[in-house]
This record gives sequence, structure tokens and C-alpha cells, in this order.
Amino acid sequence: MSSLKGWQDLPLATTVPASTSEAVQTGQWRSMRPIWDEKECIHCLQCWIQCPDKSIKANADGKVTGVDYFYCKGCGICAAVCPKKAIEMRPESEFIEQ
Amino acid sequence: MPRKDITSGNWAVAEAMRQINPDVVAAYPITPSTDIPMRFSEFVADGLVDTNLVTVESEHSAISACVAASVSGARVMTASSANGVALMHEIFPIAASYRAPIVFGLVNRSLGAPINIHCDHGDSMAERDSGWIHIYCEDGQEVYDTTIMAVRIAEQKDVLLPIFVCQDGFITSHCFEPIEFMDDDVVRKFIGERDPLFPLLDVDNPVAYGSLVLTDYYFEIKRQQVEAMKHVEKAYLDVAAEFAKITGRNYPLVDKYRTEDADYIMVIMSSAAGASKETVDRLREKGHKVGCLRIRLFRPFPAKVIVDALKGAKAIAVCDRAASLGAPAPLFTEIKGALYDAGIHIPANTYVYGLGGRDFFPHNAEEAFMDLINKKMSPEERYLGLRE
Ligand code: SF4
Ligand code: SF4
Repeated sequence: MSSLKGWQDLPLATTVPASTSEAVQTGQWRSMRPIWDEKECIHCLQCWIQCPDKSIKANADGKVTGVDYFYCKGCGICAAVCPKKAIEMRPESEFIEQ
Repeated sequence: MPRKDITSGNWAVAEAMRQINPDVVAAYPITPSTDIPMRFSEFVADGLVDTNLVTVESEHSAISACVAASVSGARVMTASSANGVALMHEIFPIAASYRAPIVFGLVNRSLGAPINIHCDHGDSMAERDSGWIHIYCEDGQEVYDTTIMAVRIAEQKDVLLPIFVCQDGFITSHCFEPIEFMDDDVVRKFIGERDPLFPLLDVDNPVAYGSLVLTDYYFEIKRQQVEAMKHVEKAYLDVAAEFAKITGRNYPLVDKYRTEDADYIMVIMSSAAGASKETVDRLREKGHKVGCLRIRLFRPFPAKVIVDALKGAKAIAVCDRAASLGAPAPLFTEIKGALYDAGIHIPANTYVYGLGGRDFFPHNAEEAFMDLINKKMSPEERYLGLRE
């Protein structure tokens, strides 16, 4: 509770600063993690186009460079559309650090 | 030069709106408030105002458009009655929590069923916890003056709340009486320009309204609204004092009529105060020390000034033009609560009168006063003008 603001410190009128969605770590919601295999990838960019969260990273040369786990929600669309099965969905539980 | 004209309560609101020249009016007609947007639409058609008049398909849409325009930074007005008000209900608390200072001409009418177009206060009383300021007016002059003052009160930075300016349907809204109007430029100088706090159209400082909060912040936002309500009385008094300087017309929070030395006081709202005051004069002639206290500001409830006005009385009669079915009537409940908090125990009778537009005559007022004078006191709700 202590990190939450009191009523006197809140902005008025239910307002919050707008255009702040970039700061929201939607990756926290993920239960399955896409693992991209660079060796299998043919850089067709299907995953990059279809990802609803703009979480497939690609460079200016049109090459996929990885997944942005800060935003990736683990929906699995990238893995489903990949013609080379270069993306594998694996449970987050495998990545919990002991 | 101020000018006098024979005008109805509704037309008085429309005339105030012409002078205020709001940025946006979104309205849907319903008896008895129809005259307000109807007459105002003529001003729009004649090019007398710059207002964007949004004609919508329901009251729900009307108030929704008003809220959107208001948080965009516009000065916004509308009007409605009865079931129209009820249809708007969902949006009223949103307007209040978005701190949208909408000025609303509320023409009181009974809620169906049975369907009835005449006055009682059931429609606005049902909105008393919606977070809006409520002011109840006795006559057309007061409606006109209050509509203009309401703009300033609602928009004050430490208030920023929507406001109902209530008048009695037909009794006030359709009664033609002499009303003194201010000059256009005097009105415009008095109200000034709106200076919105977080306008959506300010793209350099973007904000979002009404995002989802759950258990974490809802409570705190309601507390902010409570605080805003605490600033209303001072804002009201400041604006009323400035208004009185210009017009000579004084509007205290409550209207005390011969209450100073009164043993028996009737508490009442809106147009029925006329019959009550006349009865006070008649009974005074017969030697009875009676008075009338008319409540103008109902939300926030000015408990302190009311207690001050009532504390010397031997007994009071609280008259409600609304019933709270299954519990004491709304004004009576508030009055009792205020007296209790002040540690004052005055015998009080509760009367419901005028539902569905039933006339309230001086003899009805006299009946209540005579109960007090003859010590016929009891906690049971009584009814004035009802056929048993
Ligand atoms: S799992 Fe979904 S959100 Fe994550 S990278 Fe793939 S398509 Fe985007
Ligand atoms: S869809 Fe598969 S092959 Fe195509 S770019 Fe993405 S990971 Fe590489």
C-alpha cells in the first residue's frame, strides 16, 4: 500500500498522463515464452508483421534480431505463423531463476 | 441598461444561455424543459450565438456529449426533466468525477409511473448522491440569475463540478412573470472565458480521463470529490457577492423569511416557498411568530447556516416535494441530521406535498403551521393536499 499515492497527491478529475503505454511491461502477463532459433530463421518477417505487440525485433536490413520480452505477452502467434517452425513456445516456468 | 421583460422560467434559462454563449449545448427535449433547447435552437439558427448545438437521439447521448465536450475544454450547458434526467443517471457520476463543470437547467417533474408531466422533486432528489451541485430556485428571476452565477461557481478551480439549476416544472418554467435581464456585455464580463484545467484538446499536455482503477485508487478519487464539495459554499458566496454588487440581487445559501424571532419555522424549497411566505404574513398578523426557511443550496448541504436559522425555534415543519418511499423524505432527513450533529433537539414534523404537481396552497401551509402551534407533533410522515 505504501507505494500508492494518497488522494491529495493524485491528479484531479480521474486524469492520468496520456501516451504512457510504452511504459507498461505487458511482458509480465506472459506464461509461454517464444524462443527464436536464428539458425532456422529465413527472415520472411511473418512473425514481425503478425505480432500484436510489436515484440519481434528486426533491424533496418529487414533481419529478425530477437524478441522483446518487456512487451511480449506470449500469445504464440509468431510461432503459429512461422513457415520454418523457427519459434518455439516454452513455459515460463522453465525460466524461473532458482 | 438592464431591461425587464415578461418571460417564463424556461425562456429565462434560454436567454441566460444566449448571453453566456456556451461552446457546446447537447440536448434532447422533454416536457417541461423542452422550451429551453427549443428557444435556444432559435438563437443558434439566427446566428445570435456561436454554440455548437448537438441534437442527439436521447438524453443519455445528450449528457454523454456534454461530458466529452466539457473535458475537451468547452463551456457546456444542457437541460432536462424527469425521465430524461433518469436516463442520464448513468453519466451524472462520470461528469462529476471527470470534474466537468456543466451547467444544467433542471426543470423538476415527477418520475413515472403513472406518467405525469407536472412538478415534484423526485427527479433531482434521485440524483442527490451523483456528485453534482444542486440549487433550487423559487421564481424565474432567480432561475435566470442562478444560471449565470452557476457558470462561475462550477468552473472555479477548487470546485470544478457540474451543477443543476432546478426550477419547478410548469409552476416556474411556464409561468410568465417580469424578469430583469442584465446587459449581454455585463454577463460576458461576469462569466469571463473558461480556463479548463486538463482539456483534452491541449495536445502538448496529453491526459487520459477515466482509466480503469480498481481497489487501488477509486476511493481516493471519491475523496477528492468530497473535498471539491467542501469548497462550494465559499465559491458560491464569493460569486453571489460579486453578482449582488452588479445587480443588487442577493442570493444567500438559504432564504430566511421572518425566521429571526420565529417560534415556528417551515422549511421548504423552490416555488412553494411563495405560499409558505404568504401564510407567514397572514399568521403573523394574527400574532403567531412564524417564519419560512427556503433551502437554495441543497448539494452540498449547508448544514451550519440551516442550524443557525433553526436553532431558536420551538418546532419546525419540513416540507418535501419528494418522498423517499420506505424512509423519511430527503430534505427532512438532512435537516434532522444537521440538527443532531449540532446537538439541537427541536420537535420536527415531516410533510410530503405536491407530488405529481398537486397544488400547494396557503391553506396547506397553514395546516402545517397550525400543527406546530397546537403542538400536534409526531414522527409519522404527513401529507398536505392528499385525499385520504
Ligand atoms: S508470442 Fe505473441 S506477443 Fe510474443 S513475440 Fe510472439 S506474437 Fe508477439
Ligand atoms: S516467421 Fe519464422 S522464419 Fe519468418 S522471420 Fe519469423 S522466425 Fe524467421
